[in-house]
Amino acid sequence: MKGLLIQLGLVWVALLILLAATVIAAHLPLGAAKPWISYAIAFAKAALILWVFMEMRKEGAIARLAMMAAMVWLIMMMTLSASDYLTRGWLSG
Amino acid sequence: MSDAALDMGKPAEEVEDISYLRAGHSLRSWFLTTDHKRIAILYLVSIVFFFLIGGAAAAMIRLDLLTPAGDLMTNEGYNRAFSLHGIIMVWFFLIPSIPNTIGNFIIPLMIGARDLAFPRLNLLSWYIYIVAGFIALAVVLGGGVDTGWTFYTPLSTMYANGMVAATVIAVFISGFSTILTGINFIVTIHKLRAPGMTWSRLPLFIWSHYAVSIIFVLATPVLAITLLLVAAERLFGIGVFDPALGGDPLLFQHLFWFYSHPAVYIMVLPAMGVISELITSAAHKRIFGYWFVAIASIAIAVIGFLVWGHHMFVSGQSLYASAVFSFLSVAVAVPSAIKVYNWTATLYKGDIMIDAPLLFALGFIGLFVAGGLTGLMLAMLAIDVHVHDTYFVVAHFHYIMVGGTVTAFFGALHYWWPKITGRLYNETLARIAAIVILVGFNVTFFPQFMLGYEGMPRRYHVYPPEFQLLQVISSAGAALLAVGYAMPAFYLLWSLKKGPRAPANPWGATGLEWTTSSPPPKHNFTQQPVVVRGPYDYPLEHPASRANA
Ligand code: HEM
Ligand SMILES: [Cu+2]
Repeated sequence: MKGLLIQLGLVWVALLILLAATVIAAHLPLGAAKPWISYAIAFAKAALILWVFMEMRKEGAIARLAMMAAMVWLIMMMTLSASDYLTRGWLSG
Repeated sequence: MSDAALDMGKPAEEVEDISYLRAGHSLRSWFLTTDHKRIAILYLVSIVFFFLIGGAAAAMIRLDLLTPAGDLMTNEGYNRAFSLHGIIMVWFFLIPSIPNTIGNFIIPLMIGARDLAFPRLNLLSWYIYIVAGFIALAVVLGGGVDTGWTFYTPLSTMYANGMVAATVIAVFISGFSTILTGINFIVTIHKLRAPGMTWSRLPLFIWSHYAVSIIFVLATPVLAITLLLVAAERLFGIGVFDPALGGDPLLFQHLFWFYSHPAVYIMVLPAMGVISELITSAAHKRIFGYWFVAIASIAIAVIGFLVWGHHMFVSGQSLYASAVFSFLSVAVAVPSAIKVYNWTATLYKGDIMIDAPLLFALGFIGLFVAGGLTGLMLAMLAIDVHVHDTYFVVAHFHYIMVGGTVTAFFGALHYWWPKITGRLYNETLARIAAIVILVGFNVTFFPQFMLGYEGMPRRYHVYPPEFQLLQVISSAGAALLAVGYAMPAFYLLWSLKKGPRAPANPWGATGLEWTTSSPPPKHNFTQQPVVVRGPYDYPLEHPASRANA
């Protein structure tokens, strides 16, 4: 129980550090790299939450499959939305 | 979660034989029940109530449209009437209609289980639905909304002056009910199948409910968050959709339709499951191409997520995206078409019993084909520019949602009525009702295709006088349709008191639900059923598949 609390606490601290990194990165002159750095930080946060808080590291195949399904669906949503946003300038009128 | 239904260890002898309807008569025994069959009845009564409210709004709309001047309601009142109609019908009637009533009742019986996997979650799901429903009703009494069921921004966030926030919160809450149902069905189908009930022996009704549960769980959260964002922008000025605040108005449409196109399949997939049962039972014949029909359900659930952009062809979406979505929309028609062909092939050379359930099933097939093919027309970029936001679209989706799903719902209600209530209804009246409904439906909605093609926009109550004739025909059809829908209310309720008692298997159908008494005992089966053959084990096979066997 105690070990678990320490572990959860560590992850929480890690998330706070990542949050700080997000804020700092938002104010640094990073140019084109800026969004990618934000995405990387967001990805790290999500991974920590999934792996530890949502206990994916302990779960069996079915629960992991369910999680992956959610991911795949998110990717479908983003890819097809991007097919609109990224190609708006391609054709005038 | 250690709900009772999961520990199936109890010896079968201990289970008493008393019917679920007689196991307790107090209010408490209904409102705190965890029996999936009683919860199904709670849902049935509730959705009928919401159907009446949505229907009343429809009646007002059709009355108003009798004259070109929009004499009955104010512009504002008309907007509120059609918004109310759409919101109530979609979220409080159609989405829960077949899954939560017939599905809730029949799924455990079909797979030989004592209940759903999480009986208390099932009850919670009904309570959440009721809370959401009452908030929606409060909105109606408190002034209403005028955004349409689609809540498009910036209308919903900046200009609409009805109770938008309260309405989206009602829909948000109802979403949790849907998600819980989805989880419950998925776990039940995975974990509670009777010994011998392998995946290849699952009735197609189960396959389609499995597919719809996937959509429940994966699509509903997106709607919930999107609506919450609308409320957040409207109430607190957080910029998500408003360009002035750094948002993007089309983002709303992307997110909304990412949910709502799959949601239209939420409405039709359970209906398709019903049709597979009704057709095989009426034809006394094995389904033609079991695996094609089963996998088509899953394919529809998955591909249905990839076509949402066909609602945005003229909204400023990029042409490239539109072309992609158009192509994918054509692809999603394939599995639906497979099902239609397989049902027809199942009827071929069958030993057909023309009772009301079959009439409803045939009606479904015809109307669904008309709705689906016009969907393909709408998915063509050039045609859509002409008919977008006209009555053509209104006719298209009513052919599927009303002609398809509501017809299948009535078919299911008749087919399983003896099982649910233990009584037989009057078959002659039922056949007449089926025919009145089919005629009334077509008279109501076919003219709307013509109106739309000639340029009558949707959501207007003032229109050029040359459209009046078709509008009047449509309203007359609606009156006939209302008569058709009211008829079952009388003879079904009458059968509860006076109908002859139903035997366990009045249709001579296969399927585990017909092996237990009508109505079933509290725990569904007096003995744990063991399955030794596939579904639809009727004497007749399709001539083509006999050659291969
Ligand atoms: C299977 C069940 C279906 C249902 C329940 C359904 C329902 C709907 C609904 C509710 C709308 C109108 C939404 C609105 O604008 O308020 C709609 C529009 C549309 N549907 Fe369907 N639909 C179904 C199948 C299809 C299929 C198979 C296709 C094409 C492959 C299709 C293509 C379209 C298109 C392109 C529109 C947009 C038209 C426009 O706004 O201009 N639908 N459908
Ligand atoms: Cu669609």
